[in-house]
Amino acid sequence: MKRHPCHYLLAILLSLAALPGLAGDLVVSAAASLTNAFKDIAEHYEAKHPDAKVLLNFAASGTLLQQIAKGAPVDVFASADQETMDMAEAQGLVANAQRRDFARNALVLVVPADSAIEIAALGDLAQGAVRRVAIGNPASVPAGRYAGRALEQAGLATALQGKLINTQNVRQALDYVARGEVEAGFVYATDARLMADKVKVALEVPLDIAISYPIAAIGISSSENASSEKAASAAEATRFIDFVLSPEGQAVLDNHGFARP
Amino acid sequence: MSAAMDPVWTALALSLKVAGWATAITLVLGTAVGYMLARWRFPLRDLLDSLLTLPIVLPPTVLGYYLLVMLGRRGWLGAWLHDNLGINLIFTWQGAVIAASVVAFPLVFKPARAAFEAVDGQLEQAAQVLGLSGAKIFFRVTLPLAWRGILAGMLLAFARALGEFGATLMIAGSIPGHTQTLSIAVYEAVQAGQDDVANRLVLITSVVCVTVLLAAGRLMPGQVANRRDGDRG
Repeated sequence: MKRHPCHYLLAILLSLAALPGLAGDLVVSAAASLTNAFKDIAEHYEAKHPDAKVLLNFAASGTLLQQIAKGAPVDVFASADQETMDMAEAQGLVANAQRRDFARNALVLVVPADSAIEIAALGDLAQGAVRRVAIGNPASVPAGRYAGRALEQAGLATALQGKLINTQNVRQALDYVARGEVEAGFVYATDARLMADKVKVALEVPLDIAISYPIAAIGISSSENASSEKAASAAEATRFIDFVLSPEGQAVLDNHGFARP
Repeated sequence: MSAAMDPVWTALALSLKVAGWATAITLVLGTAVGYMLARWRFPLRDLLDSLLTLPIVLPPTVLGYYLLVMLGRRGWLGAWLHDNLGINLIFTWQGAVIAASVVAFPLVFKPARAAFEAVDGQLEQAAQVLGLSGAKIFFRVTLPLAWRGILAGMLLAFARALGEFGATLMIAGSIPGHTQTLSIAVYEAVQAGQDDVANRLVLITSVVCVTVLLAAGRLMPGQVANRRDGDRG
């Protein structure tokens, strides 16, 4: 009997469908600002533990929280601020005891490398030459929330309202500055380093709170119905978090410009 | 809060404005290009047709990237527009119109070309014999005969422009009241966990889309009417 081409197509589709969700995979959702650092960490981790396979998922911390809250199969969550992790805790997604701070960062204002506009203080953003300022959407992007807080405290929030371009995550703000589409943008010091040829740091944004990154395993608190498979992934999550906090993991974060917690 | 200030209605108004402009632009350009491709013989005609159809198959992010690189302040076209005309398209609703026009364009020019090709050449010849000029033949004979196909494409283009997301987000950003269209507002609301806002937005979007479909059915009784005629006959 001759098989219809659809049979082969179906077979291929089915075999592809079986690929995700392999038992040993550890899904790590990390803030966009951790993209390069966590890729590096995952490589080191996999080299150290050949049985492990880390799947990384990057987005704004708020976006990641929404995915987790809607039931995304995430094992580890690393947020760029305490507030997002507080919300995760309030929703019962992580247990307070599981939460640990693993890095610190600074917020900076960057301008295109060839920019001639003088910016020495946040107030200088109010000048006419600055028409657009990229800022992470404060509703879901911690960097945008930190920046909004600084602008609020400097009494600039209303003056700059019409100039602010909301971005989906901090890296998009960096990209807009690098392309010269905006005159300035709020990003982390670690982001600015990545495009040192295209952007320059105008100033470090003064903040009354520290930018510290918490990390936690997801869903371990609901251990009453934990199957053996769940227990295994919980152990794997803890092993990864321990690695991030280990001297080896901290050295990788150092290399990417993050400060110790 | 008054209805006019509600961000949900602002997004709807903006979406209709952007989709309306995009539809008008694609209608004029798509009809012209469709006519050109249907009637004129020139080298590389098939290649041009394929190139113009690309927006249907290319991912919107690819289109968005092309547009950003081309129209951005450092893009060749964007730099020229900025230096010579003082026009900046990135982060403006006009930029959103361009993104929507590009994705919707093939939906007009494809059916337009087919419709023009289906027009009986003898009718045009008859008009010519009766002494009508080229332009008059086009507007009084050819276009009315091809109109149904073009209209079908136009409605599809409107619906597609209304739903445009990827390319728009990349070149127009997401500025509430300026470039945050319905589809982008839905995305933002879900990202921020504002499910109540998202619910209202998707409801409105669905209602608008159903309305467009119903209007399409009204404007183009085409198949249904034909079937009825057939029943009668």
